[in-house]
Amino acid sequence: MEKKTLLPYLLILPAFAYLMFFVGYPLVQALYLAFTKNGAFSLETLRRTVSDYYFWSALKYTLALAAVIVPIQLGLAIVLALLVNKAFKGKDMVIYALVIPLTISDVAAGLIWYSMLSPYGFLNKVLMNIGLISQPIYFFGYQYRSREFLAIVLAEVWRATSIVFVIILAGLQMISREYLEAAEVFGASYWTKLRRIVLPMLKPSIQSALIIRTLFAMQIFGIVWILAGRDIPVLAGEGFYQLTEIKDYGVASVYALIIAGLSILLGALYIKFLKAEYLEVSR
Amino acid sequence: MRDETKYALKKTAFYFVIFTAVAWILIPIIVAFLYGFTTKTDYYNPDIIIPHSYTTKYVHTILFTLGAWEGIKNSVIVATLTIIISFILGIPAGYSIAKFIFPGRDMIKLSIVALRMFPIPVMAIPLIVLYIRLHLADTLLGVALAHTAMTLPFVVLITSNIFGSVSKEYEEAAMVFGLTRLGSFIKITLPLALPGLAAAAMFTFVMSWNEVFVASVLTLNHRTLPAQILSIMAGSSGGAAPDYYKFAAAFIMTLPAMLFIFFARKYLVTMWGITLK
Repeated sequence: MEKKTLLPYLLILPAFAYLMFFVGYPLVQALYLAFTKNGAFSLETLRRTVSDYYFWSALKYTLALAAVIVPIQLGLAIVLALLVNKAFKGKDMVIYALVIPLTISDVAAGLIWYSMLSPYGFLNKVLMNIGLISQPIYFFGYQYRSREFLAIVLAEVWRATSIVFVIILAGLQMISREYLEAAEVFGASYWTKLRRIVLPMLKPSIQSALIIRTLFAMQIFGIVWILAGRDIPVLAGEGFYQLTEIKDYGVASVYALIIAGLSILLGALYIKFLKAEYLEVSR
Repeated sequence: MRDETKYALKKTAFYFVIFTAVAWILIPIIVAFLYGFTTKTDYYNPDIIIPHSYTTKYVHTILFTLGAWEGIKNSVIVATLTIIISFILGIPAGYSIAKFIFPGRDMIKLSIVALRMFPIPVMAIPLIVLYIRLHLADTLLGVALAHTAMTLPFVVLITSNIFGSVSKEYEEAAMVFGLTRLGSFIKITLPLALPGLAAAAMFTFVMSWNEVFVASVLTLNHRTLPAQILSIMAGSSGGAAPDYYKFAAAFIMTLPAMLFIFFARKYLVTMWGITLK
């Protein structure tokens, strides 16, 4: 073992201090901007935020998008990971294809799906040419908001299922073959193995995937901004709008604080699970 | 049913599902890329699904008239600065976590995992106040500093994993032969860790290249590519840009990141596995 020195701490300190600054300073600044007026404590900014129709709408849509998107992603990712987690021809290429969206930004993903769903997009052209529809289906525009919602769901499921897929696949690869072989010796069917061994052992991966996806869903911005603008308001989008268009730093800060609050809440949950896992291992 | 038929059916079903999944991922990318190079007449002709005639006009316009080329240059500068700063800060920390055992190590590691959960991008909103005061607003360095805060936890975790996989014996052997810890790090550990670090740098590059919120909030004239594209394209009504410009923009944004990751594909699943766990 190394002898006790300050060296390990000194090596970590710069990175740690940097992170603490970039977390701490904006938090304090946001609290100041949101809760003071002329140097004194005031709830006026908060009142201004919540009296805006867009605030409740943004909160509602952010939560609704997360509630619809995250379970679909999880289901798809588990099925795909189970399928891919065995030897077959072309496995590496298939995995590469499935994780390509990891490299694609939310803005680009929005634009890519616009090419699929626009009035002259791929989907409308295909459907019209095989005669299923005679008029293009309009996905975009304020009057088609429920379809805009659907377009965002499609694009986001397309883009971010890969993240869940990778977490689940990594979890699957960690399950020891011995358990499965033992079960086979006792004549367990595929479904029994899945239900009694694979899924329970996958629980930590599923938990972290769920929390991470929900956490990032609270910050959803680029894909919505490209596909729907403010037709479908979301928290990060409203914060952005208040800052860049209205120049209302206080209200924008309230939005930032709400997203931070939601993230800290979910993050704490995540750490709690992760810590439990650590303890189980070390015991 | 005979066993062979059952097996063949199963196999067909398996490949069908895999094929569908791959098609679901690839078709939108292929369509966007094709439509980015389509002539206007082909795109607006409802009978032409796969365009016949192609042009680089729209990509050209986006790049040189609408400022995407400037955006690309800015993005490369920001991403490079982000790699440099986050590696200077992150490598020592990652090395420390990998190679030392000290009180509080697990706590520190856990808090770095936790810090990754913090919505750094959204926090660019209050950060702009400080940036204006420090004259960092609308500078590429300012964006890179904020991006570093976003990528640093990732770099620390990934480098600690890479250094951890370099066997301790090599380093100890080197120290027995009279190298200092720093010397053995530079001569032994670093070269062995280099391929992993290169992959980590590529991932850092892609994270910065793709980030839009921070870049849009902190800059006005010196926009990175995603911020530039967002300001041209945003809005449900189509913004100011006609459709084919959108597809050309998608092509410009997507291709570099995809190529980068292709070169680092060997590390793809492990690396994202570590960062996302």
